[in-house]
Amino acid sequence: MPEHDRQREQLPTSSDEQPHFGSIETPSIFLADAEGTTVEKSGAYAAPDGSGPQDKPRGAWAEAWRELSRSPRFYISGVILLLLLTMAFFPGWFTDQDPRFCPIADSNMEASSAHWFGTNQQGCDIYSRTIYGARASIIVGIATTAIIVLLGGVVGAISGYFGGWIDSVLARVTDVFFGIPLLLAALVFMSAFEERSVWTVVAALGAFGWMQIARIMRGSVITVKSADYVVAAKALGAGTRRILLRHVLPNAIAPVIVVATISLGTFIATEATLSFLGIGLPASEISWGADISSATTVIRDQPSQLFYPSLFLSVTVLSFILLGDAVRDALDPKLR
Amino acid sequence: MTTNQQTKPEKTDAVPGAPLLEVDDLHVEFRTRDGVAKAINGVSYSVSAGETLAVLGESGSGKSVTAQTIMGILDMPPGVITGGEIRFHGRDMLKMDKDERRKIRGKKIAMIFQDALSALNPVYSVGFQLAEMYRVHEGMSRKDAKARAIELMDLVKIPAAKERVNDYPHQFSGGMRQRIMIAMAMALDPELIIADEPTTALDVTVQAQVMDLLAELQRERHMGLILITHDLGVVADVADKIAVMYAGRIVEHAPVDKLYSSPAHPYTEGLLASIPRLDLKGQDLYAIKGLPPNLMRIPSGCAFNPRCPYAQDICRADVPPLIEVAPARHSACHFAQQVLDKNGGS
Amino acid sequence: MGRYVVRRLLQMIPVFLGTTFLIYFMVYQLGGDPISAMFGDKAADPVFVRQMREEYHLNDPLIVQYWYYLTGLLTGDFGTSFSGIPVADELKRAFPISIRLALIAFAIEIVVGVGAGLLAGLRRGKFADSVVLVTTLIVISIPVFVLGYVVQYWLGLKWQLFPATATPGDPTWEDLILPGIVLGSLSLAFVARLTRTSIAENMRADFVRTATAKGLPRRRVVTVHLLRNSLIPVVTFLGADLGALMAGAIVTEGIFNVDGVGRLIYLAVTKHENATVVGAVAALVIVYLVMNLIVDLLYAVLDPRIRYA
Repeated sequence: MPEHDRQREQLPTSSDEQPHFGSIETPSIFLADAEGTTVEKSGAYAAPDGSGPQDKPRGAWAEAWRELSRSPRFYISGVILLLLLTMAFFPGWFTDQDPRFCPIADSNMEASSAHWFGTNQQGCDIYSRTIYGARASIIVGIATTAIIVLLGGVVGAISGYFGGWIDSVLARVTDVFFGIPLLLAALVFMSAFEERSVWTVVAALGAFGWMQIARIMRGSVITVKSADYVVAAKALGAGTRRILLRHVLPNAIAPVIVVATISLGTFIATEATLSFLGIGLPASEISWGADISSATTVIRDQPSQLFYPSLFLSVTVLSFILLGDAVRDALDPKLR
Repeated sequence: MTTNQQTKPEKTDAVPGAPLLEVDDLHVEFRTRDGVAKAINGVSYSVSAGETLAVLGESGSGKSVTAQTIMGILDMPPGVITGGEIRFHGRDMLKMDKDERRKIRGKKIAMIFQDALSALNPVYSVGFQLAEMYRVHEGMSRKDAKARAIELMDLVKIPAAKERVNDYPHQFSGGMRQRIMIAMAMALDPELIIADEPTTALDVTVQAQVMDLLAELQRERHMGLILITHDLGVVADVADKIAVMYAGRIVEHAPVDKLYSSPAHPYTEGLLASIPRLDLKGQDLYAIKGLPPNLMRIPSGCAFNPRCPYAQDICRADVPPLIEVAPARHSACHFAQQVLDKNGGS
Repeated sequence: MGRYVVRRLLQMIPVFLGTTFLIYFMVYQLGGDPISAMFGDKAADPVFVRQMREEYHLNDPLIVQYWYYLTGLLTGDFGTSFSGIPVADELKRAFPISIRLALIAFAIEIVVGVGAGLLAGLRRGKFADSVVLVTTLIVISIPVFVLGYVVQYWLGLKWQLFPATATPGDPTWEDLILPGIVLGSLSLAFVARLTRTSIAENMRADFVRTATAKGLPRRRVVTVHLLRNSLIPVVTFLGADLGALMAGAIVTEGIFNVDGVGRLIYLAVTKHENATVVGAVAALVIVYLVMNLIVDLLYAVLDPRIRYA
């Protein structure tokens, strides 16, 4: 497999239109080089869409920003996400009800001016629970994404930069982690802990979510490493660290941002799924997933209990995907 | 340049007054998010059977867009044909229905593209792609079509055609691939071939072979040929007449030898002066100053005026029409006569 | 080609070992003592505990335990659950059900996904395109457990189009339609989007223009030249997805009471039936690896530029 991976980096098609949820790896293939034919002037396979981020000039970021600034998706998702962030850190701004105040007498109430979304079986106010539920989701999403970018980035950079046996070993390790789907791995990981917290969930998702970033990073490093200007920088005596920071990172960052943004949505959805299965966040945390789970028992009589947390969860995931989409389109000129 | 007369004796007896294809005052623009690009602004030219018209110009001059419009393969949108006619045997193709149009494509008018590697479908064998012409247009059986495909490959001098018929495009060299493109164009014995920079993507050594092959086939079959190129060297040997394009207009139109010996437009003059010549070795090579115009903001008056050494106030004010400056010679320049006189053409 | 397959099979071994060990480690090491977990809050009988620890090699170092487990696997012994049922029997019962479910989801995914993607790609920027884009985005955003309940409630309970829950033990094909829709929905959305992008990208490709210039009818340009090339990435996604569908059914099988592998794993995880968890995941890993290999080989069939050495 490493042979293929190494070849694959020359393919511009590798990472950009991969399915977002990332459980599927880039198919490992390599194209035949034009063996037995004369050397082509025409850039061979790079021709149809050879516009990887690596050959962009400096002004690419300004151009990308210009593109973003006229993308409605960017504004819609941006506004929603700002709202969600505020909700996560200052839930008191949105409601003065206590989401943990659950008088059983108020059980299963319809929506009213006192309880905008009604109450659940325990008598808790659904509106305030939904507002407070944002925090766990956002924290899990952001923290996990930070971990995978760091972990995946480091693994990928080492793999790509040093190559050889280090690359082979790390490639195999990546394969091993790819071998188990995220939800399944997180489920088994979580079940090992009696005491669970937000950080257990972050650890579970982070431990099994870094591989795609690693592959992208590795690919970028290899591409950049063999680029003329980096070879020149090396010849001029630039050190490893300098090359990685000055040349490799700026080129790898674009696809990483895209994958990270979209993964953030995935992690939030996966956390909710774990909590839904009763194996995610502890019962003491207010979580959309757990609230949806308990609402399923009354789906016939009061579908609204299921509706509100589901709506918030879906909109959150949607916003991150939209943002990722917008960023991708801005960074990838060929799609314009 | 005198070789023209020798290599193409049939030229003289081409049916007079009945051109195969006439492009008449064609206008095409591209409407994009960033604005309207006027790619073609009133282009007219014609080709007769057995005749070779070279269309010369920089990228963005509209030479390829014209060809795509003739072929009916212009991307629409963003392209919009805003005026003009394209007559094939006297009938306006732009007014034909889709099906009628389709039956001309490939069968009567065929096209050769610049980059054969991307122009051939990578997942089908060349044999399949050649045979497809016969199978679709003539309803031939798979076996017969395959046999014809092999004949075609022989025709364009691909060695061991029988063995290579099932190979894929990427397994051929650049020159061989371009031969396959030519074979595909020849398949149904069309009356007109449009070759869009057919040798640009090739190595210099291969360029001449491919060009010779194309010229030879054209001569044998008495086809019309529109040869689109930016390379003055390619044109000299094979073309009968040349249309020089700039910013979507024809700026000069002349028989090939006349144009070379005495250009009547400052742009042509600049192009010819920028060809390296052995007899001027040691001198600085001439370069036309400035850049090709942005098609969304074509300069007022003559589009070439910002780069033109002859430019006067009139050039910034009025678009010069394409007028006959000498027998069979047309130039779109306010100072055409002056340029022509200077180059000893009248 | 043959050599390539052999090499790939050999390369699967370390990945298989690594993945199963990873699972083994999480289940047996991270999870603390499984025997005391069996008793929950009750006090454990020390004699029984000692007996169990012996039987399951729990006193040995983890790597030795894993070795015992692995040698067992090679002889087809997936171990025995604490409740005394051979894990192999549980898998034999659950796998056919999951395969059937995955196939239904897969069929829906191909037909609807590719169809919608083709439509959207050919009409990029038009109304149909927007509809497909928005719908798939919504489907991607709604977590599968929400979608599951919504589909079950409306299609199953309210309109009673299909059975809302599966027959325990041996679900019929009809039982699996609703879970199949739910399971396939996410991938369906991806397939549609992938097809759309691929089509839209290839529409501008030179070879499609050549096909038009050859005077081929539009229908032939689309089906022979455009679609064939555009489906290459889609087929690879689909291939890898078939494996993922079986593993991804944890939630869906739970909602619809389908006694497949997903539900087996979920129940085993909650009951700390470690042998079942490891065995089922190991089996899924094999499925996943084999599917990946098939996808790689399929690629060569679809795209002659790919060459295996």
